[in-house]
Amino acid sequence: MPYDYRSYPYVAPPGLTAPEPRHKVVVVGAGPIGLAMALELANHGVASVVLDDNNVVSMGSRAICWSKRSLEIFDRLGIGDKVLAKGVTWSVGRICHGDDEIFHFDLEREPGQKMPPFVNLQQYYVEEFLVDRAMDHPLVDLRFKNRVTALDQGEDTAHVTVKTPDGSYGLKADYVLACDGARSTLRAMLGLDFEGELFEERFLIADVEMEADFPSERWFWFEPTFHDGQSALLHRQADNIYRIDLQLGWDADPDEERKPENVVPRVEKLVGPDFELDWVSIYSFQCRRLKTFVHHRVIFAGDSAHVVSPFGARGGNGGMQDVDNLGWKLAAVLHGRAPRTLLDSYDRERVFGADENIAQSSRATRFMTPAPGVERLFRDQVLALAGKAAFAQGWVNSGRLSTPCVYPGLGPDDPHLPALTRPGSVAVDAPQGNRWLLDTLGGTVKLLAVNCTAPEGLEAETVAAELNDEVQRRYLGEAEQALYLVRPDQVIAARWVEPERRKIATAIRALWEGRP
Amino acid sequence: MKLIDTPNLDDHDAFYAELLAAHRGLSEAQSHALNAQLILILANHIGDREVLSEALALARKR
Repeated sequence: MPYDYRSYPYVAPPGLTAPEPRHKVVVVGAGPIGLAMALELANHGVASVVLDDNNVVSMGSRAICWSKRSLEIFDRLGIGDKVLAKGVTWSVGRICHGDDEIFHFDLEREPGQKMPPFVNLQQYYVEEFLVDRAMDHPLVDLRFKNRVTALDQGEDTAHVTVKTPDGSYGLKADYVLACDGARSTLRAMLGLDFEGELFEERFLIADVEMEADFPSERWFWFEPTFHDGQSALLHRQADNIYRIDLQLGWDADPDEERKPENVVPRVEKLVGPDFELDWVSIYSFQCRRLKTFVHHRVIFAGDSAHVVSPFGARGGNGGMQDVDNLGWKLAAVLHGRAPRTLLDSYDRERVFGADENIAQSSRATRFMTPAPGVERLFRDQVLALAGKAAFAQGWVNSGRLSTPCVYPGLGPDDPHLPALTRPGSVAVDAPQGNRWLLDTLGGTVKLLAVNCTAPEGLEAETVAAELNDEVQRRYLGEAEQALYLVRPDQVIAARWVEPERRKIATAIRALWEGRP
Repeated sequence: MKLIDTPNLDDHDAFYAELLAAHRGLSEAQSHALNAQLILILANHIGDREVLSEALALARKR
C-alpha cells in the first residue's frame, strides 16, 4: 500500500490577534530534525514553537537508513518501538560487479544491545511518528502552514516574521533553530552559503511497490549490465516499497529522466515488470557545509548546516547526532546551568562530525564515479581484486555507513581501558538486568561506576553498573574497576581507573563549560 | 625515514626480469591494470601507512 498522506490541521496562531510572550526557542522546519529537536528540548524541560510552511510529511522515502545511534535517540524521544515495528531491520549488504556478487558483508547485531545496526524506514513514517508525539507533548507547540518570511537578531533575542493563511505575525525567541533542510530559507536570509564540493553526477531515486521476495538486504552494483555500466543500489523498506538509486551520469537531463516513460524501463530491467512506481526524484551529489553552525541567536542543525552524498546514510543520521549534541547544551544555557560558551562546543563538535561525514561521503562518491584516467583505473582494479583477494573487499567503497564520530579533546582518559569507550565516544549499550544501560544513563550527567564506588558530594548522579560479560568487555577490559563520566547526550566525557574526587569535579566543571 | 631505500632485495636482477615477464603479451591497458593491482597488493602487504607515504613521496620526487 502506498503511504496515505494526511493533512495536519492548521490552527490560527495566537500571535495573529495579540503579541505572543517571548518564547525560549523557535524551531523552523518540522522535518525529522526539527521535530526531534523540539522533542529532545522538551525532554530537557524546554518549551518550543515549531514552524513549518507545509502541513504534510515529506513526499517520497528520502532518508531511509536509520543507524543504531539514531534508533537509540528515537527511543529516548518515545518513537523507538514504532520505528522498530514498522521498519525493516537488515544487516547484510551484497556488492556486485557486473551482474555477479563479488562479496557480501554482515553488520551483525552485536549481542547485548537494544538496537540493531540499521533499520530501513521511509522518512514520512519517521516524521508521522514524531508529529504524533509532538502534538501530544505539552512543551511542543507545532504550527503547520506557518512560513518564516523574515528574520532579524538583537543582542539577546531573535525575531521572526511568520506568514499564515490568515496573515502575518511576529515571534520573539531566545534562540531560533534552523532545521529547514538543504534549501534552508534561514540560511539564505542570513546570507550564508555552503563551502565544499558539488559533484557533477546525477542520480535517480525511485520508490517502487512490488510483491517480491527480495531478502531484507542492501544490494549495490558497480557496472551492472541492466544499467549501462553505471552504479545501482536497492534497499527494502516498509510496506513492500523498495528504494532504487540509479546513477545517471553528469550530463543527464533531470526533467527528461524523471518522466515515468523513462524511469519505468530502467526499473524494469532491475526488478521485472510487476511493480508500481510510487515516487521519483533526481538529485546531484553535494558534500558541503556552513563554515560555522552557530550564528549568534540562530543555530543550524541537520541539512541546513551540512549536506552529504546519500550512500553512507550520513544525512539523516548526521542530523540526528546534531540534535543529540545540541539539545542538552541549549537547555543548560537556557536554564542558566551553563554559560553560553557551551554552545561553542556544539559548533566545534558538530563541525568535526560534519567534516568526517563529508570526507567519508566524498571518498565514496569518488569511488562510485571515478574521473576518467588513473582514478578509473584504480577503482576498476580494486573491484577486480576484490573477487580474488580478501583484503581488497574492504577497499571497495559503496558508502561507509554512518556511525557516531568520536569527539576529540575530551578526557582525561586511562590507557588501560577499552578503546571502544574512550572519551568522545557515545556510550555503548549493554544489558542491565531486564533493562538496558543506555536507558539507565538517561539524559542527565551521570557517573557510571563499574565495580567501584564514586566519591561522594559530586554534582552528578551515580549509576552502579551491573557487572556482566558485555560491561566487562566494553567498560573494563583488563582493568579491575573504572569510573566513567557521561554527558547528557551519553557521550563519555572522561574516565578513571583510580578516581579522585578533585579530578572528577574538574571534569564535571569542564563538561558544563564545554571546554575541550 | 622508515622506508628502506637502500639495497634490500636478493637477486633483484631476476625480479626485474620476472616483472617484465609478467607484462609480456599484455596490451598497454592490461599492463596498467596489472601495475595498479600490484601496487594495491603490495600496499596491503606492507601495511604501514608511514612507509607508503614515504614511498609515494619518493616516487613523486624529481
